[in-house]
Amino acid sequence: MALNVGCAAPPGRSTDNKTGSWRVFMPRFDSEACSKCGMCQLICPEGCIRQTDAKEFVPDYDYCKGCGLCAEECPKAAITMVQEEK
Amino acid sequence: MALEIMEGSIAVAQAVRRCRPQVVSAYPITPQTHIVEALAEIVANGELAADYITVESEFSALSACVGAVAAGSRAYSATTSQGLALMFEVCFNMAGMRLPIVMTIANRALGAPLSIWNDQQDSISLRDAGWLQFYAEDNQEAVDLHYIGYRVAEDHRVLLPTMVCFDGFILSHTYEPVNMLTQEEADAFLPPFVPKYRLDAASPVSMGMYATPEYYLEFRYETDQAQKRALDVIREVGREFGERFGRDYSALVESYRMEDAETAIVAMGSICGTTKDAIDEMRAEGKRVGLVRLRCFRPFPSEDLKAALAGASRVAVLDKNIVLGAGGSTPRGAVALEVRDALYGSTTPVLDYVIGLGGRDVRIEDIKKVVALCEAGDGDRFYGLRTEVL
Amino acid sequence: MAIDKTCELFECGHRACGGCGAALAGRLFLKAAGTETIVVSSTGCMEVFSTPYPETAWKVPWIHSLFENASAVASGIESALKVQGRKEKVVVIAGDGATLDIGVLCISGAFERGHDITYICYDNEAYMNTGIQRSGATPYDASTTTSPAGKVSTGNKRPKKDMPRILAAHGSPYVATASIAYPADFMQKVEKAINTPGPTYVQVHAPCCTGWGFDGSKTLAIGKLAIETGLWVNYEMVDGEVTKVKKVVRKPVEEYLKEQKRFRHLFKPAPVTGEIAKIQAIADRNAERYGIDIKLPPKKDA
Repeated sequence: MALNVGCAAPPGRSTDNKTGSWRVFMPRFDSEACSKCGMCQLICPEGCIRQTDAKEFVPDYDYCKGCGLCAEECPKAAITMVQEEK
Repeated sequence: MALEIMEGSIAVAQAVRRCRPQVVSAYPITPQTHIVEALAEIVANGELAADYITVESEFSALSACVGAVAAGSRAYSATTSQGLALMFEVCFNMAGMRLPIVMTIANRALGAPLSIWNDQQDSISLRDAGWLQFYAEDNQEAVDLHYIGYRVAEDHRVLLPTMVCFDGFILSHTYEPVNMLTQEEADAFLPPFVPKYRLDAASPVSMGMYATPEYYLEFRYETDQAQKRALDVIREVGREFGERFGRDYSALVESYRMEDAETAIVAMGSICGTTKDAIDEMRAEGKRVGLVRLRCFRPFPSEDLKAALAGASRVAVLDKNIVLGAGGSTPRGAVALEVRDALYGSTTPVLDYVIGLGGRDVRIEDIKKVVALCEAGDGDRFYGLRTEVL
Repeated sequence: MAIDKTCELFECGHRACGGCGAALAGRLFLKAAGTETIVVSSTGCMEVFSTPYPETAWKVPWIHSLFENASAVASGIESALKVQGRKEKVVVIAGDGATLDIGVLCISGAFERGHDITYICYDNEAYMNTGIQRSGATPYDASTTTSPAGKVSTGNKRPKKDMPRILAAHGSPYVATASIAYPADFMQKVEKAINTPGPTYVQVHAPCCTGWGFDGSKTLAIGKLAIETGLWVNYEMVDGEVTKVKKVVRKPVEEYLKEQKRFRHLFKPAPVTGEIAKIQAIADRNAERYGIDIKLPPKKDA
């Protein structure tokens, strides 16, 4: 790829960096306990929690760093952090 | 093509007006003040459709220009000495980001000790930063180099910020006859700025990202290559200026009475006007002396200089700056260092004269004395050091 | 204009620590700002974790120049947009170091000149990007690497520089404080700041798990405790007058301080009650100045 003049670059290439490899714990989402409030999606520092067509919230595990904020803040305790099986 | 008699600063302001910058951001500093004041009046009278930002320091002046150019507007600033030193960080930043601008430098000595008078230390001290640097001999050149400066800087083969240097007080505050282009002539020569990238929600880019060791060298290479490409772009644009307006700027160095010169003087800026007069007098006395004037210091025109000095038996470099601590046990200026580099491998003696620092006047007789010293092999020294006050 | 909460203008793959308050602030302010925004970043955590060439997380036009000049660069952009007749909004995002300390010259000039820009300071209370050194926003008694707790020191000796008031004194029509612990409130304040003509300022508390010493999952909880103890006050200033303060049933400052390693020296090996009292006094002064205490009705005797 040719070097861009002036240290400039087009948007969005950060997705090349799969930060999911960082985590030790991963969030497990219980869609039955979920009240669909959307809080997890709002407060994830990665912005990696998406809402599926079935209106379920799922993290993109390619990028989830396992910080546990979603589990901590979920008002229905529908998210639990579990040690990831590698 | 009428000539008008104008103060150098006012002439520069009028040239800048014809370049149609959309943003003017400048902080006043002696001896550039008349430029920014004249531009403020021009804007206040609706003679230039620009936004004039009265910034709170030179650091902010150039930073605001970074933003304005990144957003796609042609911008302008002017400074000197302490103000340019305060912009040091932004100068490197702007060149690395490849944002073009023309900035006038009314050359002035750097403190300490504080001095408001002329030498070329300020712009020379930034020779590493990646800016193009032009040095004007007189106010006509100072004026013309602004149009040429924008054309070269904004060329997509170059995209580098550019300093147009003219000696503070000596040129900025001197009335000389100048020919001003009409607005139509300027517009025909200098079309609107077309940036390579700009900050635009319709087409987002991230500008000014940081570079890890894997990329940094390559960015520096690219910027240096832009300097190299500028040599030809300056020749091309300078030739076009000559074809349109009758004053040719295609030569990066100017040879004056060099045809059979034994002693060649190398210098930049207004000192060259005095030197030419001195040469005429010395020639009348039978001395074979000439001048090779550097109009362009960055990029340094090594090949042109070498060719111009080919026939000389000795070279006297007039340095209106000093690279403190360089030269071993003798004083050294930056121009001599680069002249010697250009002549590497040649046996022609190059003798350095640190002269005119802090506004000390250089007269015709001083040039003659320098030539005599050079002929006697007495160089790499200060000229006119007042040992009685030491 | 309704804020589109699902709009993501900050891409995944950035290199912020897991649980980073600043990263959350970045995502949230962009939701409030929308696509017609030009962002100016100072050097700092957010710039570094989001733009190692060629990976950039920003999906709006974005520029970084130097550490201290974001306000000046923003001034130039605003000026250029005005002359070009363009409508994008200019938003600066910079840390507390870049804003309160090294960037004070530029922000003062930009606000004095009245440029139509919005300045968001993400306040993680130290120079975090370079490894947790003290800034003008570091709270009293916080331990940083340049204001460490030691045998003869209890940490940072100065209170936080009151930047919101400084900028209100410059005549800013809208100044607000916010916290990532209350994301909807933060986004509303950003929207209001952007839509208010002139230079506006939002300082958002962005707790830093790495720098303050707590688990990344507790970022919002810590932010809430800061507000509930009165050590951070969420308020707005319209034309220099304080309006809309967030009121709380106040907790003692220990509940906030003991959760963070940067205040651990106030509790171990033994509570330094004199210093804790001084911090309580800071919280009490904030409570009085801004009127944050919810007045509970008197308890009825059984």
